[in-house]
Amino acid sequence: MYIYDEIDQRIIDERVTQFRDQTRRFLAGELSEDDFRPLRLQNGLYVQRHAPMLRVAIPYGHLRSQQLRKLADIARRYDRGYAHFSTRQNIQFNWPELAKVPDILAELATVQMHAIQTSGNCVRNFTSDHFAGVAQDEVIDPRPYAEIMRQWFTFHPEFAYLPRKFKMALNGATHDRAAVFVHDIGINLIHNEQGEIGAQVIVGGGLGRTPIIGSIIKPFLPWQHLLSYCDAILRVYNRYGRRDNKYKARIKILVKALGPEVFAQMVEDEWQYTKDGPSTLTQAEFDRVAAHFQPPAYQAFASDDADYQQHLQSDPAFARWASRNVHGHKQAGYAAVTLSLKRLGTAPGDVTDAQMEAAADLADDYSFGELRVSHEQNLILADVPQHALYALWQRARALNLATPNIGMLTNMIACPGGDFCALANAKSIPIAEAIAERFEDLDYLFDVGELDLNISGCMNSCGHHHVGHIGILGVDKNGSEWYQISLGGHQGYDKHGTPAAIGKVIGPSFAQDEVAGVIEKIVGVYLDQRQDEERFIDTVKRVGIDPFKERVYAKAH
Amino acid sequence: MPKLIKQGQLVEDHWQLAAADETATGYDGPVLVPLSVWLSQREHWLAYAHPVGLLVDGDAEPDEFAADLPHFSLIAIHFPAFTDGRGYSLARLLRERHHYQGELRATGDILRDQLQYLSRCGFDSFQLREGEDPAKALAGLADFSEHYQSALDQPVPLFRRRA
Ligand code: HEM
Ligand code: SF4
Repeated sequence: MYIYDEIDQRIIDERVTQFRDQTRRFLAGELSEDDFRPLRLQNGLYVQRHAPMLRVAIPYGHLRSQQLRKLADIARRYDRGYAHFSTRQNIQFNWPELAKVPDILAELATVQMHAIQTSGNCVRNFTSDHFAGVAQDEVIDPRPYAEIMRQWFTFHPEFAYLPRKFKMALNGATHDRAAVFVHDIGINLIHNEQGEIGAQVIVGGGLGRTPIIGSIIKPFLPWQHLLSYCDAILRVYNRYGRRDNKYKARIKILVKALGPEVFAQMVEDEWQYTKDGPSTLTQAEFDRVAAHFQPPAYQAFASDDADYQQHLQSDPAFARWASRNVHGHKQAGYAAVTLSLKRLGTAPGDVTDAQMEAAADLADDYSFGELRVSHEQNLILADVPQHALYALWQRARALNLATPNIGMLTNMIACPGGDFCALANAKSIPIAEAIAERFEDLDYLFDVGELDLNISGCMNSCGHHHVGHIGILGVDKNGSEWYQISLGGHQGYDKHGTPAAIGKVIGPSFAQDEVAGVIEKIVGVYLDQRQDEERFIDTVKRVGIDPFKERVYAKAH
Repeated sequence: MPKLIKQGQLVEDHWQLAAADETATGYDGPVLVPLSVWLSQREHWLAYAHPVGLLVDGDAEPDEFAADLPHFSLIAIHFPAFTDGRGYSLARLLRERHHYQGELRATGDILRDQLQYLSRCGFDSFQLREGEDPAKALAGLADFSEHYQSALDQPVPLFRRRA
């Protein structure tokens, strides 16, 4: 993992001092609410329904156990003993006291963490593949590039006041686990025919009220030019993005209005001036950063640990967990493990201080002291020896972190919704809860198999409902809460090579108490219609949404 | 006269603003001319005996006046709200692409919290929002002692300077 040097540390320390003074001026009445808002937002501080909400960055999802312990400590001392992992590899504290936020930031800085640019109309925390560095389908490890780009956008002086927020994601694997086609800029690291490394640059994707799949504007950008090229994109956006209407201010609207070809040409024209300038990346810098992402001290193990195989045979519950929560690994004899934060009785992504500390212990004991946070709001131990999986599972189970549901329906993504969020049309947590109850039976859940279900409480789409195989969206009908359902969305490449897709709405929305039943009917149609090993999403693609509509709305006919 | 921050010092502002609807009569000393006035009364102002400056909004296209840059000893970019970041890119274009060397001033909704980013983008003078104390704001120019990116104050990005 990247370790700060003296300069990186100084920069975040100076940020703490700066923000402390801004907060002081605000509390002393020297800064008005309007003047303070954009400043606090650039530091991840929202003011929400109940209290301020502080979003802390976990750059490209990487955490050391010591950092997770600090987050637990902050949750306990400055909050109510829990925190929330978000869908963009950040962690949120829901009840900090405004006056104490500078102290929280100072605490974070002691473990090389911060809240820089986790909200506001600036370049946000970068997201990447949570299996980076260990995935079997990885072509290029995205982490050195992600860190280099993190440094580039941190306090970028030109782009702190963009028309709207700006989110970037980086992927280096065959499967896209970073959702690069639904980001403002998405980057796929690839090789060209000469075997050189470069980026396929995708611009103008996004969800929210106008969901759009991004366009490839540069099929191959040599990696040395990543910074100058992204500078050019941001400059075009900063100058020409709409500022008159907040709902039309994202880069996707500009790209759509101009057309991707015209936009690409404007970027190209801009880039010509800076192309080989000082921002051109050097091999020395790449090597310096990449040295932080060398593989840990793996031991030479056999690829199929006998002990592990034997436990798989003898313990069906373990085998079930392993089939969903244990993932293949580049290194023989190792595996990546997902600790599920999705279980009945808690909001998706919520984690207590004690669980964070326990997960930190697991990381120390089994995975070289490191963890990752996934955009599906779970924790990942990326480097676990196979022979330790059984012991790990037993401990994780005792901690309630071993729900065997990764990739399946109850591994839902849900936003905080009406229980916490001032913008919500409808609650999302009780919906998630009702569905989780309905699919509590593991035999049934496993029979249904792979299925992404995503819930957002309003059109802002924090829960990514558009790209759920099943998407649920809270809507307001004459002041009461209703839910619209869509089918067929997905966030990464599917087997037909479609990069990502926005789900189709199946029809009129449903009342809160109907939703779980409707989901069950939809799943029922799939079980009736599926062929062979077909996954839910593939059946939807093959048969279309009509059979689902028919069953769901049958009563009304 | 309102105080300005110029090259890190507090100074008096000697510039007067040309009214939008008048010709170049009745002025004495340095005059700041809005872009629309410049474009419509260019000949007039070219003959003016004292220094002339240009006042533009953040969305101005430099190509409209780039050829005239040698005539200006001041360019002021107006920020209607500090959250409107277009002026940052415009400043860099003027400095880096069009090699403008004179005074570059940020005016309008400018607060201490923007000063360092503005200065990194090439501004060297700042007219703060009315009611702000420039003496107190000065410290804002030095909130950070080091920066990652290439910018006007330090064109060599940090990664090329790390040991
Ligand atoms: C609780 C308070 C929250 C508020 C007020 C809020 C507000 C918003 C708004 C206004 C947008 C849309 C911005 C746009 O127009 O593009 C948005 C987008 C988003 N939010 Fe939140 N949000 C909240 C919590 C969360 C949480 C907890 C998560 C993660 C679980 C989250 C993840 C996201 C994501 C990923 C998007 C981007 C969707 C896209 O690609 O456009 N938000 N949020
Ligand atoms: S989707 Fe809407 S309800 Fe949910 S967190 Fe985002 S803004 Fe709030």
